[in-house]
Amino acid sequence: MKKLMSLLLALLMLLGTCAMAEGGVLNIWCWNDEFQSRFNDYYPNVAEVAADKSTTTLTDGTIVKWTINPNQDNNYQNKLDEALMAQADAADDDKIDIFLMEADYALKYVDADVDVAMPLSELGITEEDLADQYQYTRDIVTDANGEQRGTSWQAAPGLFAYRRSIAKDVLGTDDPTEVQAALSDWTKFADVAAKAKEKGYYMVSGYDDTFRTFSNNVSAPWVTGTTLTVDPNIVAWIEQTKEFTEQGYNHKSSLWGDTWTTDQGADGKVFGFFYSTWGINFTLVGNAGEAGFGDWAVCEGPQPYYWGGTWLAAARGTDNPELVKDVMLQLTCNKDIMKEMTLNESIQDYTNTVSGMQEIAEDPDFGSAFLGGQNHIALFSTVAPTIDMSNVSAYDQGCNEKIQTSFHDYFDGNVDFDTAKANFEMAIKELFPEITDIVWP
Amino acid sequence: MKKSVPGRRGISYAKWGYIFILPFFVSFFVFSFFPLLDTIRYSFFEYYRSGLKQIGPNFVGMRNYLELLTTDLPKYAGNTFILWIIGFVPQIVVSLLLAQWFASARIKIHGKQFFKVVIYLPNLIMAAAFSMLFFTLFSDSGPINSFLVNHGITTEAVRFMATVGGTRGLVGLMNFLMWFGNTTIMLMAAIMGINPTLFEAAELDGCTNRQTFFKITLPLIRPILGYTLITSMIGGLQMFDVPQILTNGEGTPNRTSMTLIMYLNKHLASKNYGMAGALSVYLFIISAILCFLVYRMMNKET
Repeated sequence: MKKLMSLLLALLMLLGTCAMAEGGVLNIWCWNDEFQSRFNDYYPNVAEVAADKSTTTLTDGTIVKWTINPNQDNNYQNKLDEALMAQADAADDDKIDIFLMEADYALKYVDADVDVAMPLSELGITEEDLADQYQYTRDIVTDANGEQRGTSWQAAPGLFAYRRSIAKDVLGTDDPTEVQAALSDWTKFADVAAKAKEKGYYMVSGYDDTFRTFSNNVSAPWVTGTTLTVDPNIVAWIEQTKEFTEQGYNHKSSLWGDTWTTDQGADGKVFGFFYSTWGINFTLVGNAGEAGFGDWAVCEGPQPYYWGGTWLAAARGTDNPELVKDVMLQLTCNKDIMKEMTLNESIQDYTNTVSGMQEIAEDPDFGSAFLGGQNHIALFSTVAPTIDMSNVSAYDQGCNEKIQTSFHDYFDGNVDFDTAKANFEMAIKELFPEITDIVWP
Repeated sequence: MKKSVPGRRGISYAKWGYIFILPFFVSFFVFSFFPLLDTIRYSFFEYYRSGLKQIGPNFVGMRNYLELLTTDLPKYAGNTFILWIIGFVPQIVVSLLLAQWFASARIKIHGKQFFKVVIYLPNLIMAAAFSMLFFTLFSDSGPINSFLVNHGITTEAVRFMATVGGTRGLVGLMNFLMWFGNTTIMLMAAIMGINPTLFEAAELDGCTNRQTFFKITLPLIRPILGYTLITSMIGGLQMFDVPQILTNGEGTPNRTSMTLIMYLNKHLASKNYGMAGALSVYLFIISAILCFLVYRMMNKET
């Protein structure tokens, strides 16, 4: 009897594997739950999400397995590299099918020689499918041979999100146009910071807040060949932050830290935060809480920039190419789905559809309740097409993180400028042994 | 062919002993010893990963070793020692005191068992979790700071983790809290192992409590004290998780809380096997010297 049962079970299992044309498990690697929640909410074939969110079941029975590793200190990249290098020997159900990447290191994975991300054309995604995406989101993931190897559902123009109540108190107005006029360059920005300080406010929360506005406006990439060049603009950030710290214009917090988070809460005394479009919903709304609704607005800030953005890549060796293709098409090429994301009051992401964003920008009825009815999409529809990512390098995440942590000591007054410089060089050489020279302006 | 003649020398059971310990030695050689030799071998190679490309292994002789000498290696060794000693000194003092109290026949402490459990409890928490807890407690806007500010003890939040003393102090405090219970129980066992007649005799002879402690208790528990010192020193040399979590792996501020193993981990994280191998060999040499010194010290005194 027992033998018969086990035979039957074995047969059933065999049938089960035959029934599915592709592998029954879709492995997705990412560093936070942003894409996971987009997928669960917007991918049309989602049937069920596990209670702990670790898996998602699709209508055809495929199980989507989420592997989430935090980004900091190259952790995500290290784990991903390890897994990608073992990809060929992995069992089908353990093979990575989709992995996500950020602007700061996308170049590393879309490299044609490395060939870990499949060209979209190989999956059968056509030029036509991608035509409505912002050009820069396509350029950054295009390899030297002109093959696009990743695709994104969002564009990430940078912005300055400010507290309306504090703006009124300091500037006498909370209107985005007038606030923008008062903050349109760094000299004016510092003037407002002085005024804010008199009233007992901080202009920005911490040391890293203005970093992206400087690091995105550099004249050359961080690394070319094996030489790392510190751009004059990075030094400008160091000088400005040191001055802001000495003047008491910031609250000495670190990006993503505890103080930084509470500064965005109901009792925060900080004028504003440099964010990107994804940051409004993904971070700010949560940190600001109920009390923040209607108290925030966004403007362009002193310098145009971008921050982040997430790209999907199909891992070479995937056993689910058809499904991967469908996920990419639905979530990053389907205008209706992306427009829905933008219109969703709890997402409001700036999505990767030029025509869709244009329509929302021109829609007089659209406005974000969190931003007091402001149509922030309209604000960025002119900036987003001009984003230029030609100065990114594969090393950006490490360089950005290390320059920030090394110079925190300088801002804190623990070390002098030269020691901070030396510490940065040391950290870089530990992280990237291949870097031979570090050049300061 | 020679045949062994049974019965002439009796049956030898010794081979079974070897067979029984074989599994350990096989697994030790496969999983520990050969990788160890590999570590030493790779320390002479340039061998790391650049992005997803493997560089090396290329033989470079002593270059890794020389390059490490130009870094702040001695500073990290100093950090490790300081972080260990500021936890160890209070640990041994408090443990001795508590052990003396708990084991004393004169002082009757109520709820002895309860206190023993309580002081041991911090050791049950994972070091990483304990460190995370302290990171949150002592953060700039954490509960400790709200308490200090709300009660007017300080006007502004104290930025513990931005100062050398603050960070090192917290690491020392954590190590102390985690290990003093363990040490107390060990020393208690040692004190209770002393023949009570000695104490009685001392009392009859008119010894003061202080004299009893320094002339009788302390010399008699020296072996256990030595054991505590060695195990704690080995643990201190390997100190990693507490400062790693507390400082986000950066050893801030100004790398003053970067321990040797954290530094090793920096190279391992970037898959720099050559450099990490060379560093491991240095660590091995340091440990060997320390062990030798302690061994000599202990032997001389007994």
